[in-house]
Amino acid sequence: MIPPARPRKLAKVPFVELADGRLQGVVSSGSDIGRVYVSSVAAGSYAFACSTNNNRPCGGARGSFCNHIGALINEAVLQYGAERVVRYLKAEVPEGDVDGAVLASAMRSTRPPMDGTKAAASVFSRFLRHLAYLEHAPVTTPLPEMQFFPPTRAVA
Amino acid sequence: MRADLLTGPVEGLDEALAAVDAFDHALVAGLLRAQPAGAAGPTRLADAVTGTPLAARAAEAAAKAAAGAVGEDHFVALAAARTALLGSVHDALLARAEEAAGRSRGAPAVSPAGGEPAANLLTAARAWLCDLARCGWQGLDHEVVSGASEVVSAMLPEPALRRLATLLDGFAAELAASCPGASAERFPVRRWADLWSRGMLLTVPGAAAAPVTGTADGRLLPLGIDVTEHATAAQAQVHAVFEPADGSGPRLVRAGVAVPKPDTVVGAGIWQLLRPHMSLLAAAGEGRSMELTGMPVTAGGDLVWSDEHARPGEPAEAFATARVALPTATAPVTTPLDRHPAGIAVPVFLEGYTARTDDDGVLTFTVAGSDLVVDTDRIPAAGPLTPEAVARSGACIALIRWDAGAFGVQPLAVETTVRKKVTAVHAGAWAGGTADKAGVRAEKAATDAAKVLGERAGRLLRT
Repeated sequence: MIPPARPRKLAKVPFVELADGRLQGVVSSGSDIGRVYVSSVAAGSYAFACSTNNNRPCGGARGSFCNHIGALINEAVLQYGAERVVRYLKAEVPEGDVDGAVLASAMRSTRPPMDGTKAAASVFSRFLRHLAYLEHAPVTTPLPEMQFFPPTRAVA
Repeated sequence: MRADLLTGPVEGLDEALAAVDAFDHALVAGLLRAQPAGAAGPTRLADAVTGTPLAARAAEAAAKAAAGAVGEDHFVALAAARTALLGSVHDALLARAEEAAGRSRGAPAVSPAGGEPAANLLTAARAWLCDLARCGWQGLDHEVVSGASEVVSAMLPEPALRRLATLLDGFAAELAASCPGASAERFPVRRWADLWSRGMLLTVPGAAAAPVTGTADGRLLPLGIDVTEHATAAQAQVHAVFEPADGSGPRLVRAGVAVPKPDTVVGAGIWQLLRPHMSLLAAAGEGRSMELTGMPVTAGGDLVWSDEHARPGEPAEAFATARVALPTATAPVTTPLDRHPAGIAVPVFLEGYTARTDDDGVLTFTVAGSDLVVDTDRIPAAGPLTPEAVARSGACIALIRWDAGAFGVQPLAVETTVRKKVTAVHAGAWAGGTADKAGVRAEKAATDAAKVLGERAGRLLRT
């Protein structure tokens, strides 16, 4: 079983996940309410990418992590706990407490390359799929399979 | 309660579980290739169902597995054999738990065969599960696991497919978190085989139907709320005593509401999603009975809730229900396919126990000289009940569960004495909302999260 996500504020980073070999997610634009950035960092290589949902590259992510990627890393640590994020990204972090800033700077110091795989479209569609979970009607017919999924007080 | 019955050995249990484990172990390496000599998991499983109607099919499937030539029907046969075996385990354990609780069982209702929903989605789900079984847990990679997402997305909008969709969704998320399988140190072998087998059986058309066999008219007295959840789904299930208006004997029933959810909706956010769809949650939270008129009920004792068949009744304190009505209530008979040890949840009232917490934080009740582990981890975080309150309690409404080879209890509510005053604390007290300070904070955070997601969905989903 996987411990549930920790609660966090969603306004800035409505979606973050560890999937497809990347830390990836969606960051709301600070200036335009209709615009979002799709940001990602690859596990192992830390190759990074950031662009709008209309595929315009983020101006801040030319040589290294932009602020959107920084925010994504921070929120991932909040949601999943530092340990799981570090493990997933195969990051080498200094001993002691790890927060988003420490993790970001550890990865940044390896001078990671830009990610040319153009995953933005697939990440964005995963975000839309995620949002679609709000749209499904509840059922009151029995769901005995849920007995396989007890809750836990442990947090990620 | 006869707690001693819960700690004694159950005849045949170890043998049945050994056969299950042998098969489960075969799923670790997968069934793609011919099975090496000595690793005869499917054969052990087939041998265990000799003399049952499944014998011939299971034996054929095991032979194909040994040769590395398993087809989809063979996988179904193996899943069925495993399910039957665990069904027998369930029956033995449930009989023991009900005897301990002093509960008698009602007459089984005959369940009509269900309809046959969208067969193509069931076929797609089965194909994915077969892929999993072939590659084995060690062969898991993101490509295999992600095969589920399209199937799940297509199934979720269809309520008739919700059981399978919810199961596969939770299963796939766990598998993804363990990818790649080659570098994982260990696997939850029995658990994943449980999820796999149940999924396989639910791909059989009609298997997931839980047809309504009658209606309920009378008074419903809630005992407590059991919450279950994975990252993208949650269910709240109210356990209650139903007193039929026709004067026939009281019965134990359940009524649940379940919903898919984004993984960032947690805690009080789950109550907010479920609350509008079942007035019973608020009634259970505030200690009120409900009057039912023509409420549909299934053979397995589940009310298929709809608010139009219920109206609020008199206040009904759960501990009064547990003391007075629960001992006389009969239990429903589990639906055949739902017979699995993980489904055992027998409501029971406990008092006169002593509680102790060991160094690892494990809480144990000693009930009439017998030790029962208290599963405090199942107490939902969005509620006023805490493990500490359970440890201080003098009386408890609980579910008898069977987990990791032993019986234990899951607390739904406790009575504690504070300054000579007895107070009841319920795990599901916040189900209908709360004025509790911590509760209000949790509700606010959940409302904010839901608002952001709703706004984003409104802006991005329909453009």
